[in-house]
Amino acid sequence: MTPSKLYVDGLCKKYGQVTALEPTQLEVAQGEFLTLLGPSGSGKTTLLQLICGLVEATSGRILIDGQDQSDVPVYRRDIGLVFQHYALFPHLTVAENIGFPLRMRGRPSAEIKTRVAAALDMVHLGHLAGRFPRELSGGQQQRVALARCFVYQPSIILMDEPLGALDKKLRDHMQIEIKRLHRDSGATIVYVTHDQDEALALSDRICLMNHARIEQLGTPQDIYRKPRTAFAADFIGISNIFRGTFRTEGERICLETPQGVFRLPSECAPTGDGGGLVVRPEQLQLGGRPENALAGLVRETVYAGSETRIIVRSAGDQDVTLRLPSHQRAPAMGETVTIGWDSNAAVLVP
Amino acid sequence: MSVASSSSTEGAAPLAPRSARVRLTATWLVAPGLAFLAVFFLYPVASLLFLSVTDPEGGGWSLRSFARIASTDVYLRVLGITFRVAGSTAVLSLLIGYPLAYWIASLSEAVRNRALLFVVVPFWTSYLVKTFAWMLILGRNGVINKLLMGAHVVDGPLPLLQNEFGVMVGMVHSMVPLAVITMLPVLTSIDRRLVSAAQTLGASPSHAFWMVYFKLSLPGVTAAGLLVFISSLGFFIVPAFLGGPQQTMLAQLIITQISELLNWSFAGALAVMMLATALAAFWIYDRVFGMSSISGGASVETDGKLRRVGIEALALLASASEALAAGARAVLGRRVTAGLLPAASWLIIAFLVLPTLLVIPIGFTSSEFLSFPPPGYSVRWFDTYFSSPLWIAATLRSFGVAFATALVSTVIGAAAAIALAGSRTRFGGAIFAFFLAPMIVPRVVIAVGMFYLFARLGLVATNTGLVIGHSVLALPFTVVTVTAILKTYDPRLDQAAATLGANRARTLAYVTVPIIRGGLVAAFLFAFITSFDELTIAIFISGGIATTLPKQMWDDMILQLNPTLAAVSTVVFVVVTALLLVAQRLRRTA
Ligand SMILES: Nc1ncnc2c1ncn2[C@@H]1O[C@H](COP(=O)(O)OP(=O)(O)OP(=O)(O)O)[C@@H](O)[C@H]1O
Ligand SMILES: [Mg+2]
Repeated sequence: MTPSKLYVDGLCKKYGQVTALEPTQLEVAQGEFLTLLGPSGSGKTTLLQLICGLVEATSGRILIDGQDQSDVPVYRRDIGLVFQHYALFPHLTVAENIGFPLRMRGRPSAEIKTRVAAALDMVHLGHLAGRFPRELSGGQQQRVALARCFVYQPSIILMDEPLGALDKKLRDHMQIEIKRLHRDSGATIVYVTHDQDEALALSDRICLMNHARIEQLGTPQDIYRKPRTAFAADFIGISNIFRGTFRTEGERICLETPQGVFRLPSECAPTGDGGGLVVRPEQLQLGGRPENALAGLVRETVYAGSETRIIVRSAGDQDVTLRLPSHQRAPAMGETVTIGWDSNAAVLVP
Repeated sequence: MSVASSSSTEGAAPLAPRSARVRLTATWLVAPGLAFLAVFFLYPVASLLFLSVTDPEGGGWSLRSFARIASTDVYLRVLGITFRVAGSTAVLSLLIGYPLAYWIASLSEAVRNRALLFVVVPFWTSYLVKTFAWMLILGRNGVINKLLMGAHVVDGPLPLLQNEFGVMVGMVHSMVPLAVITMLPVLTSIDRRLVSAAQTLGASPSHAFWMVYFKLSLPGVTAAGLLVFISSLGFFIVPAFLGGPQQTMLAQLIITQISELLNWSFAGALAVMMLATALAAFWIYDRVFGMSSISGGASVETDGKLRRVGIEALALLASASEALAAGARAVLGRRVTAGLLPAASWLIIAFLVLPTLLVIPIGFTSSEFLSFPPPGYSVRWFDTYFSSPLWIAATLRSFGVAFATALVSTVIGAAAAIALAGSRTRFGGAIFAFFLAPMIVPRVVIAVGMFYLFARLGLVATNTGLVIGHSVLALPFTVVTVTAILKTYDPRLDQAAATLGANRARTLAYVTVPIIRGGLVAAFLFAFITSFDELTIAIFISGGIATTLPKQMWDDMILQLNPTLAAVSTVVFVVVTALLLVAQRLRRTA
C-alpha cells in the first residue's frame, strides 16, 4: 500500500455521557476513496468533524502526511469539507462562493478569476456564475459546493452525505461526477453515506460503522463476500442468516438451526457455542441436490427486470430470499420448493 | 341531522357558498380592531397634522408654528440634541447589545430561554423605576460617588447627573434590551454551519465571523438600530431626571407646551416634526435595507456595487480584528480569550439588571434618606405608601385601568389576529403593519393627538379615556402575541370541527380559543403590564383627580425624591416582573 495520507490514532469523542466515537484507529492511503457507511448516530459525522478540526477530540490524535494536527486550527488544515446541506453562503454569488477559499488564502484576484472559471467549467455551471445560491436547483447547489471544495485543491476531501438531498436519478449522475473529480484531482477522499449502493459503487474501501465503532473495514468485495459480523452482513446487500448452535458430526462441525443442520464452510474458525451462517440470495439454488438443503413454501415472487426475487417461508417462520435470473421459470406462489447452497458459498459470523 | 332528509343535489351544492361565508365571518373579526385604531389612533394623529398647519388665532391655514420653530434658536437646538441623543443611543445600544445577543443566540435552546429573561425583565421594567434607580446611583450622594469618595479616589462628588453622561447612561440602559430583542430572531436563524464551512475553506475565525455571520446578521442589526432610534426620539423621562437644561429633548418641549402653556398648535407642530423624523428614518431604512428585514425575513441579496463594497469593507474589518485577536491571544492566552465573550455578556446583564434591583433595599430603609447601603431596615415606607390615600387611590386606579385595558385589547387584538392568521395576502400584511403602528409612532405624538380628541369628547380625566388610550398602545403587543401562538395552531383543526358539524362561532368557542388559551392569557398580561406602567398618556389624560400610579410617581419625582418612591418602585417592579414571568411561561408552554 502507498504511504498513509491520513492516520487516525486512538481518536475518541465524548459529549458528556454520550460516546460519539469510541477510540478509533484508521489509516487512509494517498489518493484513496474511503467511504464511511453506517446507520444514523453511528459516529460518521463526528469522525469527519474530528478529522477537519471542527470539534476537538476527547483523546487521540490525527496525522496528515505524518504531521500531528492537534494544534493546527481548522482553517490551516489542508482539508476540504462538503456539507450535507451544501452550506453555500447565501449572501455571495456562485462565483464568489467558489472564490471564497482562494480569497481566504490571499490569492491575487486575477488568479482567483481564472481558477473560479475553471472550477465552474468542471461542474458545467459556467453560465450561472453571477447567480445567488437560492436561485439554483438542489443539484446545481450541490455542484457549486463541490466546485468550492475542489477549487483550492486540498489534498484531503471529506464529504458528509453530499448527495443525501438529491433524487435517485440526480444521485446516480452526481456519483459519476464525483468519481471523475476524484480521478482528475488525485485527492484523498473520505465520504459519508447511508446508502449501501452508493458505497459499493464509489469506494476503494468501505469503513462500516456501528455504535460509534468501526465494525468492519475492507474493499467492497471483501465486505460483501466476507462479512465478519451479522450486522455487516445485514447492512450491506440482502442476507439470509441462519442462526443455531454448533454440533460435531464426524470430523466436521455443523450448525444446527431450526431450518436444518448445515455444514460450515471449510475455511472458518467457529468460536463459542453457536453462530450464524450468512448466505447471499444469489448463492442459493433452486432444486437440485446441494450440500445444504432446506424446504419451504413460496410466499412471494417479485419481478425486478433482470431478475426475479423469490421469498420462501422456511421452518421457524424464517423468510429466505433468493434470486433467479429472469429467463429461468419462477415457481408459483404456494408451491413447496427445495433450496440449498454449497458449503463454501456461506460465511460464518459470530 | 337534516343531511339524511335533504336530497342528494342539495347535499353536494352548499359546499361552495358555505365556505365563502365562513371566510367572510372570519375576516370580519378584524373590523373592531380596525375601527378602534382608526378612531383613537389614526384620526387623532392625523388631526394633529391639521392642527399644526392651522393658525392658532385666525383659524385659517398657516405655517406660523413651523416658521417659529425654524427661526428660534432654542427649538433648533432641542431638535439637534434630540437627534444627537437618539443617534448615539442607537449606536451605543447596538455596540453593547450585539455581543450579548450573539452570546444568547449561541446558547442551546433551553438555556437560551432562561438567559433571555435577563433581557426581557429589564425590557418590561418601568422607565420611571429604572430612571429613579439611576438617580440613586449617579446622584451627588449616590452609590458611585459614595464608593469613590470612600476609597479616596476623588475628593468631591463627580458630576454624573444633570449632564449628557447621565442621559446617555439612562437611555442606553433603557434601550439595550430593545436592541437585543429585535436582533435576536435574526441571529438565531443564522445557520452556524456556514461559519464552520467558512473555516474549513480557510477563513480564520475573524474572517468567518465578519464575512459570513456578521454580514448575515446585518438585517437584524439595522432593524434594531432603527427601532432604538425611533423610540429614543420620544424619550422624556430620562432626560427630564438624568439630564440638565442642556439635554432637553423634543418630547419634554411638547409636554411643556401643552401642560403649561396650552399652546396646542405649536405642540402639534413639534409633534409633527417628531413624527416626520420617525417616518423619514423609516423611509431611509426601507430605501437602503428594505422593509422585509424588519420582520426578520431573509434579506434578498441583489448584486450591485454597494454590496461588493460592503464585502470589501468587511474583509478589511476581518483582517484588522484578526490581528487584534491574535494580539489578545498572545497576551492573555487562549483560555482567557475564549472566556471574554461570556464574561462581557454577564457584565452587560449585570448592567441591565442590577441598577433596578437597588430600589428594593432602599425601599426597606429605616432612614429618612435615600442612602445606600441603608443604615437599617424597616417597613416604614411601605406603611407610608399603604396608609396614604393618594398613593392607594392611584394604585387602585392603575390596577383597574390595567385590567380593563387588558380585557379590551386582548379581545380586540385576538379577534384581529385570528382574522389575519388565515390571510396570506399583501392586504393582510398591510393591516398587520397598521396594528403595529402604535408601537412605532412616538408615544408622545399619540398622546398629544389623543388629548386633543378627548378634550372635545369630554374624556379627559376619566377612566374610560385612560383605558382607550392604553388599549391603543397595548394592541400591538396582544396582536403579536396571539399571532405567534396561532402560527403553531393547526388550521386543519378548524376544518375538522366544521366537518363534525360545528359552525364558525362554535369552532371558535370550543376549539380555537381553548387551544390558544395560554397565548391569550399571555397577551392579557402583556397588555396589563403595558397599561400598568404607562406614563405618557397618563400625563395628558389623567387630570388632577384621576391620577395613576406612574403619574403619581412622576409628580413626586419632580417635586422631591423620597423613600416612599423606593417602596412604590419596589411594588411596581415586583408586580410587573411576576406578571411577566407568568406571561413568558404561558407563551412558551402554550
Ligand atoms: N454536539 C453534540 N452533543 C451531544 N451529542 C452529540 C453531538 N453531536 C453528535 N452527538 C451524538 O453522537 C452520536 C454520533 O453522532 P453523529 O452525528 O456522528 O452520527 P452520524 O453517524 O453522522 O449520524 P447520521 O447518519 O444521522 O448523520 C449520536 O448519538 C449523537 O447524538
Ligand atoms: Mg451525520
